[in-house]
Amino acid sequence: MRLATLFCFGVAAAVATSASAEISGDVVKLGVLNDMSSLYADLSGAGSVEAARMAIADFGGSVNGKKIELISADHQNKPDVGSAIATQWFDNDGVDAIVDVPTSSVALAVQQIARTKGKLFLISGAAASDLTGKACSPTSVHWTYDTVALANGTGGAVVKAGGDTWFFITADYAFGHALERDTARVVEANGGKVLGKVRAPLNTADFSSFLLQAQGSKAKIIGLANAGGDTINSIKQAGEFGIVEGGQKLAGLLVFITDIHSLGLQAAHGLQLTEAFYWDQNDATRAWSKRFFDKIGREPSMVQAGVYGAVTHYLNAIKATNSDDGLTVVKQMKATPINDFMTKNGKIREDGTLVRDMYLFEVKAPAESKGPWDYYKQIAVIPGEDAFKLPGANECPLVKG
Amino acid sequence: MFDWIHLSIPPAPALFAQLLVGLINGAFYALLSLGLAVIFGLLNIINFAHGAQYMLGAFCAWFLLNALGLGYWPALVLAPLIVGVVGIAIERLLLRHIYRLDPLYGLLLTFGLALIIEGIFRQQYGSSGQPYAIPPELRGARNLGFMFLPNYRAWVILTSLAMCLATWFTIERTRLGAYLRAATENPVLVQAFGINVPRMITLTYGAGVALAALAGVMAAPIYQVSPLMGSNIIIVVFAVVVIGGMGSISGAIVSGFTLGLVEGLTKVFYPEASNTVIFVIMALVLLVKPAGFFGQVR
Amino acid sequence: MAQSGRSAWIITVVLLPCALAAPFVLYPVFLMEALCFALFACAFNLLIGYVGLLSFGHAAFFGCAAYITAHTVKVWGLPPEFGILAGVGVAALLGAVFGWLGIRRQGIYFAMITLALAQMVYFVALQVPFTGGEDGIQAVPRGRLLGVFGLDNTLTMYYFVLAVFLIGFGVIVRTINSPFGQVIKAIRENEPRATSLGYHADHYKLVVFILSAGLSGLAGSLKSLVFQLASLTDVEWTMSGWVVLMTLVGGLGTVFGPVVGAFFLVAMQHYLAQLGSWVTVVQGIIFVFCVLLFRRGIVGLIASYAEPRREVPAGEKPPELAGAAARET
Repeated sequence: MRLATLFCFGVAAAVATSASAEISGDVVKLGVLNDMSSLYADLSGAGSVEAARMAIADFGGSVNGKKIELISADHQNKPDVGSAIATQWFDNDGVDAIVDVPTSSVALAVQQIARTKGKLFLISGAAASDLTGKACSPTSVHWTYDTVALANGTGGAVVKAGGDTWFFITADYAFGHALERDTARVVEANGGKVLGKVRAPLNTADFSSFLLQAQGSKAKIIGLANAGGDTINSIKQAGEFGIVEGGQKLAGLLVFITDIHSLGLQAAHGLQLTEAFYWDQNDATRAWSKRFFDKIGREPSMVQAGVYGAVTHYLNAIKATNSDDGLTVVKQMKATPINDFMTKNGKIREDGTLVRDMYLFEVKAPAESKGPWDYYKQIAVIPGEDAFKLPGANECPLVKG
Repeated sequence: MFDWIHLSIPPAPALFAQLLVGLINGAFYALLSLGLAVIFGLLNIINFAHGAQYMLGAFCAWFLLNALGLGYWPALVLAPLIVGVVGIAIERLLLRHIYRLDPLYGLLLTFGLALIIEGIFRQQYGSSGQPYAIPPELRGARNLGFMFLPNYRAWVILTSLAMCLATWFTIERTRLGAYLRAATENPVLVQAFGINVPRMITLTYGAGVALAALAGVMAAPIYQVSPLMGSNIIIVVFAVVVIGGMGSISGAIVSGFTLGLVEGLTKVFYPEASNTVIFVIMALVLLVKPAGFFGQVR
Repeated sequence: MAQSGRSAWIITVVLLPCALAAPFVLYPVFLMEALCFALFACAFNLLIGYVGLLSFGHAAFFGCAAYITAHTVKVWGLPPEFGILAGVGVAALLGAVFGWLGIRRQGIYFAMITLALAQMVYFVALQVPFTGGEDGIQAVPRGRLLGVFGLDNTLTMYYFVLAVFLIGFGVIVRTINSPFGQVIKAIRENEPRATSLGYHADHYKLVVFILSAGLSGLAGSLKSLVFQLASLTDVEWTMSGWVVLMTLVGGLGTVFGPVVGAFFLVAMQHYLAQLGSWVTVVQGIIFVFCVLLFRRGIVGLIASYAEPRREVPAGEKPPELAGAAARET
């Protein structure tokens, strides 16, 4: 029995040694941490890793003589897993910057760790405005979009176009509540009214009851303050209940092109949404997206395009300052404007938000589309200053006054 | 603090609409839990892979459409057959070996199977899901006065009722059903009468799995066809079966419809709790009458 | 019985130098995580191995204690030892409630009751503001133990976790090998006979349940300090499934089985993390494999090879599931 147990421990230890530390050398190491296997795998996942790889390759593979390395991992949308990986990466694996991290709860946890260790955090996937508000950090850059921009974009533009009464179907978790709150504020600030709301548990499959309540409210706009599978299910079922035929419009507060691809145009046409990027906007976006498509087989989402931009800007900042210390690099990043295929005259604010133009899109009808991924028509450009304008005072402690 | 609970009662037509929607969901739960009840009732196996088999049915329908051009109507027949065959393979290869063991081992084995099936599909297809359209014949909605009822939902409730009644009838009223029930109670004696008991068991498991797959095909047009669809629904279905009585077919049917209604009402008055109310009821039932409303303790 | 208790102590003493030296060889945070889950699995095994009840709701105790400890340490500023005591206390209380409600049932009904109750705990955790919803309670400070030992130092934290694990493990071993443990075994072997001798079976089972819940809570409290995070993952039903798997793989009803199972599975999760969904598939395969061929688990199987002629002691097979093993051997 004793021999047996000792043997068992030996086996377990041997297996466990694979989890032991590796020491890194004089390199710039980037870690792409996102969802590789679940809800957000399509909009970030392996595509973000490829985007980072493209950025490194386009940069030349090394900066100021130091080699650039890339690793990646799956946080499974769990803060525990994300923070464990982030801690191990920073402490043991010599990672200098973590990139992407969709799912705001994980991003908040990772940001906390990055801040304590003075390492860089380039946020592309996560949406919560708290990342540059209450929980802001001097070593983070919120690159692609946030809930304020989505609220100002979809909320503001839709109200101005006449959708002045709203009913919210909100996913019952902190992020859903925040999205609803931000959008409701914008709606009311623009003269609209919120007629009611209903909170659906996360991962609800059947929205018929909630859609009926929304229909009953007679609001012109039904705001979907949810994400991922919940958004897809609610849009699909709205089609069944004839919501759009009945004269009401759906406003998706957090929708990605990958969701539309999943839904199909039959179900999604007419939906209005705000994104920071669309592959078919102009020649520059088309050229970059073709390169991406050739490697991955899908058109890029704004999150993946954002990863490319963030990594490039980061590497440029290292080159200019010849340092990979978090604070120094971020300061340089904030001092330099961004001009690439995705961002025109983007500037990073003191709280870490990259102020960029956002775009209001409408999903095409099946007849208007020429093929897969040809889904959007651009309705409006929302200038950066308007998109990222905060409803009240900035809650970030880094911003004085 | 109490603004969670909608203390205002909606007007009667709206309430009827919600009740009808709840009933439709209940029909769906009943159909889904039917297979589980058949398998536990007759084979004493707790089939945790039921959710994964439901997902397989939906994916089968999607696959038939996209790879072979076969639409919804052929899929309704083909998908349950295909997945049923898979179920028979599972039974032959894996489940056969653990019948003599405690049923909890069956739970663990099928739990492992569910993880395998879902993991493979997630790896292959990601999690956002695939589109599957409602067949053209069933599109549109009917004006019932108090609500617009989508035709597809009406179809779901009718088919579920039909399948539930057919299954109940087969098991309780036909000779085949009698053999099955006898074989569960005393396999040796029934075998002595010349009836091939192991084959009957295999076919029964296959039939239960086919029912799950049928529910999957019916779900494909309204819920996203995603590898996660099974794990989202499996514990709810378990609760339904437990409440109805773990061995009882009629129990599963009645509790499926009832719980759909209860869930529907909760969505009106306290929507945040609509996922949890079924577990509250399950706990209460287990405490008061563990055999469930219609079941017998084994 | 006394012999297995003694051999347990001997093995522990032999492994102790390894445990003390381990953080210098392996990644300490991984070791701490494995120790927390090992304690959780051992606590769970107490219930299934020695009483024969499969609980599908142990995550409720684990997660509740994690939240309570995180909250008391972060928001109320209490030192870590009080945080842990608070967590364990609440978990034991919750265990008393669950146990009182469920203990009269057996087998699958007991499993379902615990699952249902745990789902309700999950719902409460989701709704109540202090848990932070899906963000969880983040940035939990580790504080100073007894006002002296700063736990922010990884090494100090590791030794603290190791010490707590050994205490918890010691409690379990002591309980199994005490007169109380004998009564529990008697109840498991033949409940009507034990009752006829005057022992209230339900009371004894309840005590073991509360002990199991409290120790699971201890594991949860430790975990929230190690990761400085308490989140919904800790109360999800998948966490309950995870602890069942660990115990199953290691060996149901053995003393060291859960520890081995925990280390194995935590290591597997780390090692295979970059494989994404394949991890789920591998876990599933392990479940299937264990149930079909490997019911005694790693420790049980190797023990039976190592000493084939020795009668397998009663403490190594869980009762509900024991009938099967008897039939197959």
